[in-house]
Amino acid sequence: MKKTKASVRTEVLDKYGRPVDLKEEGMDVQVEAYRIGGGFDLDIKIKKEPPKKHDRPIVLKATGLSIQFGGLKAVDGLDLEIREGELYGLIGPNGAGKTTVFNMLTGIYKPTFGRFFLCGKDLTGKTPLEINREGIARTFQNIRLFNSLTVLENVMVGLNNQVPCTVWSSMFRLPRHMKSEKIARERAHEILRIMGLDEYSDYLAQNLPYGKQRKLEIARALATNPKLLLLDEPAAGMNPNETQELMDTIRFVREKFKVTILLIEHDMKLVSGICENLTVLNFGQILASGDTHEVLNRPEVVKAYLGD
Amino acid sequence: MNKTGLNKVFKNYINYLIIVAIMLVTIPLYFGGILNDSSFVTPNMLTQMAFTIILVMSLNMVVGFLGELSLGHAGFMYVGAYVGGILCCYLYKSGLVVQSTHRLIICMLIGGLAAAIFGFIIGLPALRLRGDYLAIVTLAFGEIVRGILKNTKIDPAEGPLAGLIKNPATGFSLNSSKGKFDGDLFIFAFIVAIVVLFCIQNLMKSKHGRAIQAIKDNEIAARTMGVNITYYKLITFTIAAFFAGVAGALFANYSVVSYAQFSYNYSIEILVMVVLGGMGSLTGSIISSVLLVFINTKLQAVLTGDLASLKYLVYALILIFMMILHSAPKLAGLREKLNWGYVSGKIKGIFGKKTKNVSIVETEVSSNEEN
Repeated sequence: MKKTKASVRTEVLDKYGRPVDLKEEGMDVQVEAYRIGGGFDLDIKIKKEPPKKHDRPIVLKATGLSIQFGGLKAVDGLDLEIREGELYGLIGPNGAGKTTVFNMLTGIYKPTFGRFFLCGKDLTGKTPLEINREGIARTFQNIRLFNSLTVLENVMVGLNNQVPCTVWSSMFRLPRHMKSEKIARERAHEILRIMGLDEYSDYLAQNLPYGKQRKLEIARALATNPKLLLLDEPAAGMNPNETQELMDTIRFVREKFKVTILLIEHDMKLVSGICENLTVLNFGQILASGDTHEVLNRPEVVKAYLGD
Repeated sequence: MNKTGLNKVFKNYINYLIIVAIMLVTIPLYFGGILNDSSFVTPNMLTQMAFTIILVMSLNMVVGFLGELSLGHAGFMYVGAYVGGILCCYLYKSGLVVQSTHRLIICMLIGGLAAAIFGFIIGLPALRLRGDYLAIVTLAFGEIVRGILKNTKIDPAEGPLAGLIKNPATGFSLNSSKGKFDGDLFIFAFIVAIVVLFCIQNLMKSKHGRAIQAIKDNEIAARTMGVNITYYKLITFTIAAFFAGVAGALFANYSVVSYAQFSYNYSIEILVMVVLGGMGSLTGSIISSVLLVFINTKLQAVLTGDLASLKYLVYALILIFMMILHSAPKLAGLREKLNWGYVSGKIKGIFGKKTKNVSIVETEVSSNEEN
């Protein structure tokens, strides 16, 4: 029988029908198609298996994280496991304790029980400063920029710990100061360029439009060179177009800066669009946890959001 | 939004320019004999302006840049004046340092260090307290220092310090037989003011200054961005106290170091100058200290006796006027004209008229600014 080579266009879809880029998943597949008589024959060779998700190292691990304010258990027994390069969502109705989780992970609150680890290192009870130096940075639900500083200076504050320079050398403009200022300024400009904010670098932070302020918060957090980036409702108050742009930005940031991202969000479009895994909190407890689309379809999650 | 290079250069050097301009005007007049103790502006007034500039700039570090209210700045100055003054007398009488400029420099450094130690101690509660509570602590500090120094009698019968402090309550004063600075104090004081300005301005434009301003703007955000709040609060209080001590040592060579001088009212007076000049603005600090010292001295000549306290009424009126000027909606047009961008645009406009080409470029620049 005659066997001729044919060209085909292949597209891989996941079980929800979304297109998947195999290269992004770390897979290499070669597909060859042949025309045999009236039919086709496909020869699929998997050259490189994808790295299994649970093979990637764990960046953040939390075990039984709990906090109690008086008689109120704001967060009760939270377990999290976030792997390198993951985009992880933390959702839940208002008052579920999501932001409290962030406050514990950044050291603003001390957990009553439980521990959390960044890359295997126990950070429970550390100060915000130490936690930031270990590599956790965050943005805030209600934007907290340094309003009397310019956009550039905001990012440079994030870079502070990476450009060593004493008070004395700054006071007398010694070469050390000039050098570290130059490095900081260049890196800040670079981060702003990547985030598309460079043209605003001389503006005061408070004069930026809302969406740009959110972006600047992300830029400032990235300047501290984090391993894990916590985004607290990045899409709050944004219109659908801005949300779409934000989704692209978040994906882009993850690739470009090689960070793992944990985000709190109410916008389900954004969550289902970019998060790979989810944890749903309700009244401080885990309601569901796992693959985004599977979790979002669970009846108890739907009930928690929409009521009976 | 000013983005032009000229503006940036102006903004960096305008503070130095103001002080240098004052010196350039007054020093030739002084040596020409026109500016003397009975003239409209006296050397004494200029000395007072110079150390007030130092004092106000240093308080601005705490109030304007760090955003913590401090009501005990006169206390730091008192420590500096006390230690610096006694040291001046000691160094002179014991013959350790003969040259009076060297002596004053040493006294300023040691007086500053003594004040800085107290600044550090005050900085410690500042880590736990904020706002009104910290203000009360600093207020108490000023009064405690005053109380202690008022009742401390250091008057050995013999030795270099003999006869310096006869009555601790009225304090002491230096004179030429007790190691007082024998040169032209106001020139020296202005040079010190320039050095202090150099230090503070550089510090505030560095990563440390940005961290300090970040703490003022949003402490929680600053903490999570890796700013060491403890370190920066302590260092700001310590450095501010150091410069207040330097101003104090200058003061010891200018007038009587008495407990009445460094009262709570004086701290408030300094604070008024900071607020009037603008929180976090060194240019404003310099202008307001020069202006208020001038007004103060002139008022003192007019308002004698019981009327002296009327000067606070004048301060209040000035402050109210500034507030109206700063935020009244109806004066928006006027503010626009007082804006530095507008003024510098005009200055450039004047220079730009020399050749046709330049003037075209300049008008483009200034029209951009208005957008």
